[in-house]
Amino acid sequence: MTLTFIMVTLFIAGILSWVCENRWRGSAKWCALLVLTLLATVFCIFVVTANHNFESLTVLSRVSWIDTFNIEYSIGLDQLSIVLIALTWLLAIICVLVSWQEIKHKAGFYYFNLLATIAGIIGVFVAVDMFLFFFFWEVMLLPMTAIIAIWGHENRHFAALKFFIFTQVSSLLMLVAIIATGYFHLLQTGELSFYYLDWLSLNLPLSLSQYLMIGFFIAFAVKLPSVPVHSWLPDAHTQAPTAGSVLLAGVLLKTGAYGLIRFVIFLFPEASAQFAPIAATLAVVSIVYGAKMAFAQHDFKRLVAYSSISHMGFVMLALFAFNDIAFQGAIVTMIAHGLSSAALFSLAGMIYQRIHSRSLADMGGFWQSAPRMGGFALVFAGAAFGLPGLANFIGEFFSLIGAFQTLPIFAVIAAFGLIGSAIYGMVLFQTSFQGLAKQEIIDLAPRELMICSTLFLMLLVIGLYPSLLLKFSFGA
Amino acid sequence: MLLASLPFYPLISFILLIVFAKRLSWHVASFISVGAMAIAALVSMRLVLELSAMPDSVMTANLWHWFNLVTKQGSSDVNMSFYLDGLSAVMICVVTGIGFLIHLFAAAYMKDDANFTRFMAYMNLFIVAMLVLVLADNLVLLYLGWEGVGLCSFLLIGFWYHEKANVLAARKAFIVTRIGDTSMAIGLLLLFNSFGQLNIEALSSLLQQIGSSGTGFSTEQLNDIYWIALLLLGGAVGKSAQLPLQTWLPDAMAGPTPVSALIHAATMVTAGVYLIARMHHLFMFSPEVMTYVAWLGAITLLLAGFAALAQTDIKRVLAYSTMSQIGYMMLALGAGAWSAGVFHLMTHAFFKALLFLTAGAVILALHHQQDLFKMGGLLKKLPVESALFVVGLVCLMALPGTSGFFSKEAIIAQLWSSNTAGPALWWCAIIGAFITSIYSCRLFFLAFLGNKRYRTGLVVEKANLMRSALVVLAMLSLFGGLISLDLSQVFQSARASISFENEPSWLHSVAIATPFFGILFAWYYFKNYRLTKGQDDYVLSASTHSFAVFCRNGLGFDSLYKRLFILPYTWLAKLNRNDIVDKTLMSSAWYIGLWHDVMTMIQNGSLRWYLAAFGLSILVLVGVTIL
Repeated sequence: MTLTFIMVTLFIAGILSWVCENRWRGSAKWCALLVLTLLATVFCIFVVTANHNFESLTVLSRVSWIDTFNIEYSIGLDQLSIVLIALTWLLAIICVLVSWQEIKHKAGFYYFNLLATIAGIIGVFVAVDMFLFFFFWEVMLLPMTAIIAIWGHENRHFAALKFFIFTQVSSLLMLVAIIATGYFHLLQTGELSFYYLDWLSLNLPLSLSQYLMIGFFIAFAVKLPSVPVHSWLPDAHTQAPTAGSVLLAGVLLKTGAYGLIRFVIFLFPEASAQFAPIAATLAVVSIVYGAKMAFAQHDFKRLVAYSSISHMGFVMLALFAFNDIAFQGAIVTMIAHGLSSAALFSLAGMIYQRIHSRSLADMGGFWQSAPRMGGFALVFAGAAFGLPGLANFIGEFFSLIGAFQTLPIFAVIAAFGLIGSAIYGMVLFQTSFQGLAKQEIIDLAPRELMICSTLFLMLLVIGLYPSLLLKFSFGA
Repeated sequence: MLLASLPFYPLISFILLIVFAKRLSWHVASFISVGAMAIAALVSMRLVLELSAMPDSVMTANLWHWFNLVTKQGSSDVNMSFYLDGLSAVMICVVTGIGFLIHLFAAAYMKDDANFTRFMAYMNLFIVAMLVLVLADNLVLLYLGWEGVGLCSFLLIGFWYHEKANVLAARKAFIVTRIGDTSMAIGLLLLFNSFGQLNIEALSSLLQQIGSSGTGFSTEQLNDIYWIALLLLGGAVGKSAQLPLQTWLPDAMAGPTPVSALIHAATMVTAGVYLIARMHHLFMFSPEVMTYVAWLGAITLLLAGFAALAQTDIKRVLAYSTMSQIGYMMLALGAGAWSAGVFHLMTHAFFKALLFLTAGAVILALHHQQDLFKMGGLLKKLPVESALFVVGLVCLMALPGTSGFFSKEAIIAQLWSSNTAGPALWWCAIIGAFITSIYSCRLFFLAFLGNKRYRTGLVVEKANLMRSALVVLAMLSLFGGLISLDLSQVFQSARASISFENEPSWLHSVAIATPFFGILFAWYYFKNYRLTKGQDDYVLSASTHSFAVFCRNGLGFDSLYKRLFILPYTWLAKLNRNDIVDKTLMSSAWYIGLWHDVMTMIQNGSLRWYLAAFGLSILVLVGVTIL
């Protein structure tokens, strides 16, 4: 019940802030912030006081929805979804904070879209029924597209369209796979079912399950994203407003990884094991190619976007290594990348607000006038290139050491991504903050300082005390 | 618990300095940073005393549980734990002791810099990372320190980041060492995969256990050890600026001089040596890699020596000399002369810090002039600095009685009969010593003898802080050789059975005499550098012979790497800036757009077009039917 309440409240609060903004200008952000903080607290209290340990998927409510097809409204939680939802809450609050001064135009509708996206994302993480999952998958997509298309930068319509089409085409494949799996369930047990837990006990022959697996895989690989279907991401990230980029990189990409874990690897273990060499190849190519592309960019946000491709490659590699250590590594990398890319995008937004440019050519020497910002930029770039002591290092180290046990060659090539990440990290930090001061900028304001230091502390704590995350098994 | 607290003194100072930044006055900032270092140095001394009282000469401290790696064979705990034995004790003494002196010097040297607190903060952070590196009880924590010192080195090389050259030097240092680090990281992956252990002590006992068991290592394991050792060596050559990753060190001289002294001479660059010494259990089972280490060291020490002979910048001479001296350490490790290598590490830290700091004082006196050919005749103008510099050089040349003599002779003495080295490497070391004394003399002649070749007046500061640090370092350099390092417990298992029986008797005399030959040679060969010529504005210029220029430019490695790696990478990046994959995918959009255009063109609503199309189609249809 609580989860449903949270999602519905998010949606209603979205409408409410829209209405409020029309009545009292500037109230929408307060409304959104308040609601998000409250609901995050509610969620935390709910999880802490629940009498489950959430080691396996715990179904919390199950109501019939479309009787004809046995489609249910069923939602549940496990450790994996709890961690990801917690990340969503944190980044959602940060999204509101980074939009604080950036969004002036149609602010009410903006916060409505933001809250609707977050509701959709949470829905994706809690849905147990596959049809419901697909429903939420679409719910999170539409408002996100609107955020890019309305509040984005100069090329926003193109980017929004590209984002929409890529995700839509791939999710159609997923829909086909969902319906087909439901149908095979009907053939096997005599009952149509879209219930995830039913599907887990399904025993499909490999010849069949490999096609179903690929249907899901493609949808999630696009979202992750993996080369060669990554190209929506640089455009979408670059053109989206800051909060859009934060949400995209921080959480939306994680829905792809979440899907890979839950609906590819857990659902079709044999088929995905068979598919592992191909997936691992894609992952390694993503790591190296993403790092190389990031180095080539002149646009701050585009550089960070390509670096995301590289990092998510580590997640995919780790997942398809079928190894416990690597699996933990994948999850830590997801969280760490959520924090570090959100941090870098927030920083890009802060710089954009000051100099109205994303081009690295317009930046340089900011350290002189904004030392605090420079310090944070260094630390966040350091997180991106896997500086030990920060969260990303733990994720990458676990991913690599686990992947090495089963896929040694792939892990070695992936390790070269460490060099690539150092190169783009250096380029990013040095061209923007070192060198001759091109112009003076104002150092971080208290609100920005709060954003940066929260993210930094999270990265540091996970980096130095990863047991916070690693003590959970995440259903491995 | 003293051990656990050691890195926290500089850490606290770092945090204070970073948080309060420019709000701190020079007095407060230097008091905090230098004070923290003084405490750290005292604590280190105290720890060494405590350590000698320990029965097995080992101390450990566990800070907190970091993570554990669970595999099918079992689980391996990776903790934030410190491990102090004879080897790390030497290192912490060098790091905190020399570090303290250099901090003291730096507080005076950098006094007028606008970003003084930031500078001292980085220096403190560097000490933290370095302490973590040498105290780490597992390789992951060591890697943390390893990357941490790399980051600090990057920050300090690029400390004056307004100049493009410094920024590029910092980037180069970071990326080149990162290449080595990646090799080391892969080594860790392989190590964990083969032995399921990343804890250094547990690993060494595991290796010994397998090694001494009846069956010994399987061929597969030996093969793994070979690769692990080779990959770790890759990390070591990156950090210690050995061939083939040495190119970053000369450029790293872009940093302030105390940085060059602390990081790029005394401590960080010896981390590679430390790593190999720390992992000697592993290296010993792979004699091939030991031989590689020895040869790498020998080749580096010779090439760096040649490069040092041709430099015009005083700091670059010292940088190449550092590279060459680390070559000696590597050579020692490769030959199995573990203690001698570590001993040379220590004495080198003394005298190289002294040389760099004195050079810094000279540079400061000459208004930041670093060109040797624009110095000259400083002996009379700066007598104290000259004397200190002579002390440093004498140690570098390893003249009898100095600290450098004891350590270098200890290395050379073990080369001839070592299983993994041999006479050829012994000759390399001797030639290296010969070159060392030549370039030392050249440096001294150019800077301190001959004509005065600078225009501006001298800034002679009576900075007692700076002087006192230098004097202590000079004392250490002269008498540091008398410190008896007892590392037999650390390298217990490694006591190689070197038999000195078949050695010719002239070895030692040649080794001792070599530096003097070098001095003699330089005395005549560089005559015009040392003699005072009559005319007043006498101009001396460096040789423009193509070989000299080649040596001056680091023997062509930079341009080679530029052609081999940098240009192809940037070319590829530039070529594919627009992402070929994206373009391919987007061509489907173009294709659909094309059809869209064609269709709109056809549906233009003009009757004549429709009629014509209708007629044409009928014609085609009829034609097809008839034919």
